[in-house]
Amino acid sequence: MLNRSQKWAPYLFLSPFFILFLVFGVFPIGYSITISLFKWTVSGPQEFRGIGNYVKLLTTDPFFVGSLWTTFLLLIFGSLLQHFFAIPLAILLNNKSLKGGDSFRLLYFLPYITSSVVIALIFSQMFDHNYGWLNYIIENVFGGEKVKWLQDPRAIRSSIAIMVNWRFIGWNTIIYMAGLQSIDQSLYEAAEIDGASGLRKHLHITVPLLLPIIFFAVSLSIIGGMQLFEEPFVLMRGYEQMGGPNNAGLTSAYYLLATGFSFNRFGKASAIAWILFVIILGMTWINKMVTDKLQK
Amino acid sequence: MSLQPNRLTSVGKKSVMYFFLVIFAFIFSFPFYYMFVLATVPGTKIFSYPPHLFFKDSLWTNVKALLDDIPFFVNFFNSAAIATISTVAVIFFCTMGGFALSKYDFKGKKAIFIFILSTMAIPPFLNIVPFFKMMVAFHWYGTWLPLIVPGMANAFGIFMMAQFTKDSIPAALLDAARIDGLTEFQILMKVAFPLSRAGIGVLGIITFINSWNNFLGALIMLPNTDKTTLPVALSKLFMQMDGDRGGLMAGTVLAVLPLMVVFIIFNKQIISGLTAGSVKG
Repeated sequence: MLNRSQKWAPYLFLSPFFILFLVFGVFPIGYSITISLFKWTVSGPQEFRGIGNYVKLLTTDPFFVGSLWTTFLLLIFGSLLQHFFAIPLAILLNNKSLKGGDSFRLLYFLPYITSSVVIALIFSQMFDHNYGWLNYIIENVFGGEKVKWLQDPRAIRSSIAIMVNWRFIGWNTIIYMAGLQSIDQSLYEAAEIDGASGLRKHLHITVPLLLPIIFFAVSLSIIGGMQLFEEPFVLMRGYEQMGGPNNAGLTSAYYLLATGFSFNRFGKASAIAWILFVIILGMTWINKMVTDKLQK
Repeated sequence: MSLQPNRLTSVGKKSVMYFFLVIFAFIFSFPFYYMFVLATVPGTKIFSYPPHLFFKDSLWTNVKALLDDIPFFVNFFNSAAIATISTVAVIFFCTMGGFALSKYDFKGKKAIFIFILSTMAIPPFLNIVPFFKMMVAFHWYGTWLPLIVPGMANAFGIFMMAQFTKDSIPAALLDAARIDGLTEFQILMKVAFPLSRAGIGVLGIITFINSWNNFLGALIMLPNTDKTTLPVALSKLFMQMDGDRGGLMAGTVLAVLPLMVVFIIFNKQIISGLTAGSVKG
């Protein structure tokens, strides 16, 4: 039988979460809808605009649609591409006959725990047009032309994508490794008796059984990728540069921060946040539909 | 003994496997090596052709240059203090919440569980503008509080500690404590906390790393270089000048090194802690 304090204790112990969520979660979410409907500057609300901020952003704003395009490209070539590296790497690392697996795992994971600022600073050296390692290798090992990694608008997006891949491949590899450990080994043995090759084994057993984990990891990538900010912001040197030449590195989250905290246009910045949120919801839903369909 | 054909292919397969793993290990570690090298190269010679590959002897000069460039000790202290306070607070509130979820039966438990889980999907950018205005209204802008208080009882930590306390605290022990007349809060303090030490260690390290690396929060709430954290101070140094790269590179090493050491020592626990919730969920 439960005594009274035993009945109330769990609610009490969980109450800090709910108080903080109410103050720093529920209230600001509601407030941000309100702000997004106004022209709102440092001095407060100026005029009610209804959905005016949203319409303007999607039609006449000189930067927003471009920033969405940049965000999508980086989402595909930065956040989603890395799963094609992470899954095979996880399968290799999961091999029981592998020696030194712990050391590989440690090295692969190190970028994930490193500050994005530090990563951007190191890569700005690696990407340097005249003195960087990347161009040195391209010229001397592959005999190619030097790339203007941080000046040419198209190359800028590749640079950011490379950084994002570098930072998060290890994280996804570790997630997939944890998922692989829950797959029943006898399935592979049965497939081997049937004479299935290594690649077929993985295509027909591993990938289908990993689908729930793939859904989870891809969802995290979508949420993170649509909010990509720190890497382009530091690499392209902050608010004033607005993503570098042609705004090539200006992601939507970067634009949101510049709109809110450099230009002090809070209404518009909140509208950007809500548009991003709706896109994230939509993409997660598509991800769910595709996963469900593949699972059948 | 002759080599059998399938033995041979397995040796070939293994070489291919190691080849790919080593290539990626090189890709992931070389930038770190290069960072350490550059921190020892004289500031004026960092840009050179071919790029540097070996250590030089100017580390101390670069560190001194860094101390002239930014108030390094202040920034380092701010980062360390904010991360430490956050860690202590997160450990307390998340162990308490996790313990409640794993060791008590109560009305609405399942709904609360799902609710807390779903809050993890809310993207932080959604709140950022009103959060900033709230912090100004609270007079918290320019202080450490916005970087500490909102995340004290976070969903990730509560779930992680629910997993840990589930297995590490026997129910019989809790009943025995109740018969001895301990209140629920005393049980939390005297039974739950000591028995959750392993989980608390992992949560503590993860919280410290996240707080130390928190860039966005410090950028918005502590924009002033004299009062901000190390990552923001370094980013400002990088953005404002093209001169002294030596100091900057020494700074990156000093910003990364403490975490790197902790991670190398505890990597197994950290990795399993970070992935525990994701796979079971």
